[in-house]
Amino acid sequence: MSIAAKSVSGAGFDVERIRADFPILQQKVHGKPLVYLDNAATTQKPRAVIDAISHYYEGSNSNVHRGVHYLSELATANYEAVRESARAFLNAADHREIIFVRGTTEAINLVAQSYGRSHIQAGDEILVTEMEHHSNIVPWQILSRERGATIRVAPINDAGELDLDAFSKLLNPNTKLVAVTHVSNALGTINPIRRIVDMAHSFHAPVLVDGAQAVPHLKADVQALGCDFYAFSGHKVYGPTGIGVLYGKTALLEKMPPYQGGGDMIMSVTFEKTVYNRLPYKFEAGTPDIAGVIGLGAALNYVTRLGIENIGAHENEVVRYATEAVAAIPGVRLIGTAKEKASVLSFTLGDVHPHDIGTILDQAGVAIRTGHHCSQPVMQHFGIEATARASFALYNTKEEVDILVRAVEKVREVFA
Amino acid sequence: MSDLRDLYQDVILEHSKAPRNYRELPAANHKAEGFNPLCGDRFTVYITMDGDSIRDISFQGSGCAISKASASMMTQIVKGKSMAEAEKLFESFHKLVTGHAPSGGEADLGKLAVFSGVSEYPARVKCATLAWHTLQAALEGKQETTTE
Repeated sequence: MSIAAKSVSGAGFDVERIRADFPILQQKVHGKPLVYLDNAATTQKPRAVIDAISHYYEGSNSNVHRGVHYLSELATANYEAVRESARAFLNAADHREIIFVRGTTEAINLVAQSYGRSHIQAGDEILVTEMEHHSNIVPWQILSRERGATIRVAPINDAGELDLDAFSKLLNPNTKLVAVTHVSNALGTINPIRRIVDMAHSFHAPVLVDGAQAVPHLKADVQALGCDFYAFSGHKVYGPTGIGVLYGKTALLEKMPPYQGGGDMIMSVTFEKTVYNRLPYKFEAGTPDIAGVIGLGAALNYVTRLGIENIGAHENEVVRYATEAVAAIPGVRLIGTAKEKASVLSFTLGDVHPHDIGTILDQAGVAIRTGHHCSQPVMQHFGIEATARASFALYNTKEEVDILVRAVEKVREVFA
Repeated sequence: MSDLRDLYQDVILEHSKAPRNYRELPAANHKAEGFNPLCGDRFTVYITMDGDSIRDISFQGSGCAISKASASMMTQIVKGKSMAEAEKLFESFHKLVTGHAPSGGEADLGKLAVFSGVSEYPARVKCATLAWHTLQAALEGKQETTTE
């Protein structure tokens, strides 16, 4: 191991100490130390998150917003404290703008089904980009088919950046909603959300931002971004699976009908009439994933304690090192070379299929994602079926990049 | 990493680089498309049946080394076989790649025995069997199949 490759980031960011917080990282895979580079799919969980979930079940398990007994009040208080953590995390103006959902996909579907069905008419247009994840395409297709609306697609350039000129030309008085990702899961591109929001708002079109790949890496301040909806998943930011957040501006949420009917979302029910609960409970039908919310709270606190700017700075340094090293391997083609990028290093290697790359890397203990990354339009843009994607998180190191590079060299040997 | 060689045997690498019977078959009277939604692998299998016998077979498409080599070697081994014989081969091949082959049972599979290493890589079983599922669909007169 060369000294140059040693991981030392900015003051206060001790990656070795951070790695010790993640029990799963201590294991070996196929006899090799695990090098986990599939963080855009899901991140590993720190001890604090795992403990928060067990402590909840061991010490305060109870249903929320229902009982008058001690445990129910404790669970409710802990649950609502996380709503406040999530509000602070996104810098939302009001905790009532934070709705707990299963994840980014459900958040987008909630907006499509609730806001969309009550506001999108025949002839209206929904503007998305070519770099969207299928989760930010399909809900709009379902809505458009039902309402007779049209989906317009803003193109990307060959670096994987949104073509802002084309985007602005696609905006028109019929544009009734813009849905755009903050960071592309397949390419790592960071979109200029504030500019996109300003352009869309000049046509009075609200903007939904898919923040799934952004919140683990950069500050998502919904008031600074000016967006109308912002969605993210807990499991991509060191929290549990099955829990996520939809942020929506109060004025919009107030106008929206409930997404699902059931317990917790109602004030009173008779067979003639139901009075819906106030925000945010109107959108939280049924007993929620209380343990998931508690785990999410621990994850957001963990990230906040480390500081998202410190995390981003460390990751950017590792990604820059990895990009240079992987690009230098003969036959490698980088997919996604935007100026503003986060976490993701997508590539192909000659005519070796990414699946074969993935299997050989796995034998070296290196976990990456191979395939189309639920972004088939992106693959079509680059004329490929799939890529190998390494995606980095706060616990990754330059030493791990060296192992990745040696494993890719091994792929070249096998397929020489 | 010697075990990698169990999966990527020379015969497999060679077939993946220079697949046999890799073309369209204009006279085909059976044809099906196979798709693995997980990784995007996609193959079309063309068959010319003569009564109950597979007179000619070819394939086209894109996929990983395992799926391409498997398709290539499949077209070689089933050519001239009856439908029932092809079905039986698929059954034995499936057992081989899922690790359920009876010991010594690899003999009837001939060269296909090189795929025995796949059983150590459960994620790759679908790659090895995609062409075979597509063959089965084509023989049964279906247009499309997936590994899901």
